[in-house]
Amino acid sequence: MSEEKYIPNSKLAEWFDSRLPLLSLSHHLRSYPTPKNLNYWWTFGGILTFCLITQIVTGVILAMHYVAHTDLAFQSIEHIMRDVNYGWLMRYVHSNGASMFFLAVYIHIFRGLYFGSYKAPREMIWITGLIIYLLMMATAFMGYVLPWGQMSFWGATVITNLFSAIPFIGDSVTGWLWGGFSVDNPTLNRFYSLHYFLPFLIFGLVVLHIWSLHVPGNNNPVGIEVKKNSNETMPFHPYMVMKDLFALLTFLLIFFGFVFFLPDFLGHPDNYIPADPLVTPEHIVPEWYLLPFYAILRAIPSKLGGVIFMFASIFVLAVLPWLDTSKVRSATFRPIYRKFFWVLVVMVILLGYLGAKPPEGVYLILARIATTYYFIHFLILLPLLGRYEKTDPLPMSISDPVLDKPGALDKFKEMAGKYEGENVSTFK
Amino acid sequence: MSKKTQPKRRDFLFTATYTIGAVGLATAIWPLVDQMNPDSSVKALSTTEVDVSSIERGKTITVLWRGKPIFIRRRTKQEIDEATSVDLSSLKDPEKDSDRAKNPEWLVMVGVCTHLGCVPLGNKGEYKAWFCPCHGSHYDTSGRIRKGPAPKNLEIPKYEFVDSNTIKIG
Amino acid sequence: MLVRLNNIFGKIFFIIFISGIGNLAYSGENNVEFIKNDWSFKGVFGTFDRASLQRGYQVYQEVCSGCHSAQYLSYRNLSEEGGPEFTLEEAKAIAAQFEITDGPNEDGEMFTRGGRLSDKFVSPFSNVKAATASNGGAYPPDMSVLVKARKGGADYIYSLLMGYEDAPAGYDLEDGVYYNKYMPGHKIKMAEPISDGAVEYADGTETTKAQMARDVTTFLVWAADPHLEARHKMGFKVFFYLIILLTLVYLSKQKVWSRFGSEVEEKEEAFDKFERTVTEYEGEDPKTFK
Repeated sequence: MSEEKYIPNSKLAEWFDSRLPLLSLSHHLRSYPTPKNLNYWWTFGGILTFCLITQIVTGVILAMHYVAHTDLAFQSIEHIMRDVNYGWLMRYVHSNGASMFFLAVYIHIFRGLYFGSYKAPREMIWITGLIIYLLMMATAFMGYVLPWGQMSFWGATVITNLFSAIPFIGDSVTGWLWGGFSVDNPTLNRFYSLHYFLPFLIFGLVVLHIWSLHVPGNNNPVGIEVKKNSNETMPFHPYMVMKDLFALLTFLLIFFGFVFFLPDFLGHPDNYIPADPLVTPEHIVPEWYLLPFYAILRAIPSKLGGVIFMFASIFVLAVLPWLDTSKVRSATFRPIYRKFFWVLVVMVILLGYLGAKPPEGVYLILARIATTYYFIHFLILLPLLGRYEKTDPLPMSISDPVLDKPGALDKFKEMAGKYEGENVSTFK
Repeated sequence: MSKKTQPKRRDFLFTATYTIGAVGLATAIWPLVDQMNPDSSVKALSTTEVDVSSIERGKTITVLWRGKPIFIRRRTKQEIDEATSVDLSSLKDPEKDSDRAKNPEWLVMVGVCTHLGCVPLGNKGEYKAWFCPCHGSHYDTSGRIRKGPAPKNLEIPKYEFVDSNTIKIG
Repeated sequence: MLVRLNNIFGKIFFIIFISGIGNLAYSGENNVEFIKNDWSFKGVFGTFDRASLQRGYQVYQEVCSGCHSAQYLSYRNLSEEGGPEFTLEEAKAIAAQFEITDGPNEDGEMFTRGGRLSDKFVSPFSNVKAATASNGGAYPPDMSVLVKARKGGADYIYSLLMGYEDAPAGYDLEDGVYYNKYMPGHKIKMAEPISDGAVEYADGTETTKAQMARDVTTFLVWAADPHLEARHKMGFKVFFYLIILLTLVYLSKQKVWSRFGSEVEEKEEAFDKFERTVTEYEGEDPKTFK
C-alpha cells in the first residue's frame, strides 16, 4: 500500500492547504504506511500521547485552584479534593496519570530495546525519546513537590542537595536552585512555574519524535525494513487507529482502576503530612517510577560518584545505537541478546524494589550488583554481542517470519527456481 | 470478499461504536467544564448575616457580600419622607420606595453603580445621598438614579430580618 | 500478542515482586498484622454506614477534639451527601455550639461569634507549637487526612486505638509515654483515649471501646475521603461503560482489519493479471504487434 499525494476535494481546501498544508499533513498521517506485522507493544506511542494530553488538561485545570505558597499549598489541594466540583477526580487523574505515563514509557522504551528500534537509521527517534524521558522525570519530580507534603519537601531537599556534590560550584548551584538557603517558598514557586512549562517543551519534542519516526518509517517485530509500496504496509487510518484505540481503552481500564478504586496506592502516606523542615521522615523515597535511579544513586559510596552514575545510567542509553554493534536488529533473531535483555529487565525491576529499601545490608549489596550489571550490559555485553553473537537466519521479508518454517524454504526455492538459468527475454 | 455485501450490519457496528464513544466523550468533558463553576466553599458563603444593632439613625455601614459592597443605611425620618414623596414619572428607573425598602427605616442596597461598576460615595451628591465620582451619577435617599449616566437604580439584594438585630443577605 | 517471557528467572522474580507489594500494605512497620475489620467502606462497592459516621463524629467531638484539630473539615460537610448526613438544622446547631474568631470589625478589633455552616472546624489550639507544648512535646496530629497519612489506613487507626497494652517485662517507659502494640516504635505519648463508656451515644448503641474505635475510625475515613462513595459510584459506571465500549471497539477493529486481506487479495489478483499481460509480449518483436 503506497502513500498517495493529497488531493484537495474543494476549492476552499485547495486555497487553505496551499497556504498552510494542514490538510496535506492530516492526509499524510492518515495514509502513513505502517508495517502490517506490528504487535501490541507498538500501541504505547499512542497511549503516551494520550497520557501527555491528559496530564496537560488536568494540570491546567488544577492550576486554576492550586496556590503555590508554602503556607497555602497543602491546604489548596485539600480545597481541590473537598470543595472544587470534581476536584478529587482531577487530582486523582493527574497523580495516577503521572504513574501511568511512566508505566507506558517504560514499556515503550523496553520495546525499543528488545526490537532494536534505536538502531540506524532511527537514532534520532531514540535520542529525542531520551530527552522526552529526561524532561518527564524533571516535570514529575517538580510536580511531586507541589503538594508540599513531607515527601514533597524532603524529596526536594535530597535531590537538590545532590548538586552540592559538583566540585567548586556545587554550593552556589544548589543555592541558585533553592533561591535561598534551603528548600522553601522560592523553590516551591519556581518549581510550579517550571512544572507548568516543561510539558509544552515535551509536546514540542514529541512532534520532533514522531517526525523523525516518519522519515524512515516504523520498525517492526521482525526488524527487517518493509517495502513501502507493497502489501507489507497498511495505511495508519483506519487500521492502526482502531488498534491503538483498542489498546488505549484497555490501558484506561488499568488507569481508572487506580483512579476510582485505589487512588492513593501508588503514592506514599507521608505525603499527606504537611511538610515540616524540622522532622525528617524515616524513609525518604521518591515515587516508584524514579526508584531505579534512586537505587543507583545510593549504591555508589560517594555523593559525587552517586550523582555521576545516576546521570551516566541515562547517558549510556543515549549512546546505545553506537554501543550495540549487531547487524541484526530485532531480538527475535538474537537468542543470546534476548536472554540478556530479560536479565536487564529483572535487574531494573530489582533496582526499583531496592530504591524503596534502606541502603544497607543485603539491599545495598544487591543494588551494587544490579548497578554493575546495568553498566556492564550496555558498555561491555552489547558491543561484544554485536561482534560474536550467532544470530538466527533472517527471513526474506516480514511476511515470511521464519525461514525454518515448514514449506518456507521450498517456497523460496520455488520462487528462485522459476528464474534460475532462464533467459530473461524468454519469460512466460 | 466483496465490499458490497451486508453493508447494513457493518455500518451498524461502526455507528453504534461512534455513538457510544461520543456519549462517553461528552460525559467525560462535563467535569472539566463544571470544575470552573463556583465550588462548595464559595457557595456556602453565598449568604451572610449582619448584626445591625449598633447602627444609629442616619448612619450607613458597608459589608462585603459575594465580593461586593452592600450599603446598609438606617434612614432618618427626613430621608424616608424625601424618598416616598418623589413623583415616579420623573424617575429614569421608576420604582416605589416601598418596593425597595420594605421596612422604610432600613435601606439595603448593592453598592455598585449600575453604570460601569464603581462604588458610589455616601453623603454626597445633589440628593444628599450617593454620588458616583467615576462618571457623575447621582442617587437619591432610596438609591434611585436621578441624574447621570447610570441606567438603573442601585440593586436591592435578597435579604430578610432574621431577628430585630440581624439581617441575612442572599 | 505478548512477547514470550522466555527467561524463567524473570517470571519467578516478577511473581515474587508483585506479591511482595501486596503484603506491604497490610502489616505495620514492625510487621505486626493489624486487627482485621470488615469495614463497610472497603472494596469496590464500599459505602459508609451513616449511623456509624454520626456516632463517630460524636466520639471525635467529645474525645479527640480536645487535642486534635480537623482543620480542613467544614461544619456544612456534616450535612452534605456522602457523609454523616446530619440534617441541615442539626448541622447548623452543631456549628452554632462553637465560638469562631472573626473580624476585624469596624473598630479594627477581632470578635467572636457563633459558628456557621460555612466555618471550618474549630481547632483546640491556635497553632502547631501551642498544641505541641500542651501535649508533652508531641504534636497531636490534625485528623483531616490522618487516615491517608498512615500506612495501613483505617486498620492502623483502629488497631492503635485498641492496641494499648502493658509493656513487656523490662521495657523502659518514661513518664507520659505509653506502650502501644501498633505504634511504630511502640512508644506513644497519647494515653489510651477511649475506654468502655467514655461517650454516651445519642442513638443508644452500646459504647464499648471496640464500638467507639470502629465508629471514630469510620468517621475519620470519611473525613479524609469525603467523596469516597461518589468515587466508587462513578468508578462503577466508568468501568461498565468502558467494557461496553471496549467490546464495540474490538469488534470494529476486527471488522476493519478483516478488510485488509481482501483488499490486498484484490490488488494481488490485479497485479498478477498485469504481469501475465506483460509477459505475453516478452521476447516478441514489437513490430509484429497487432
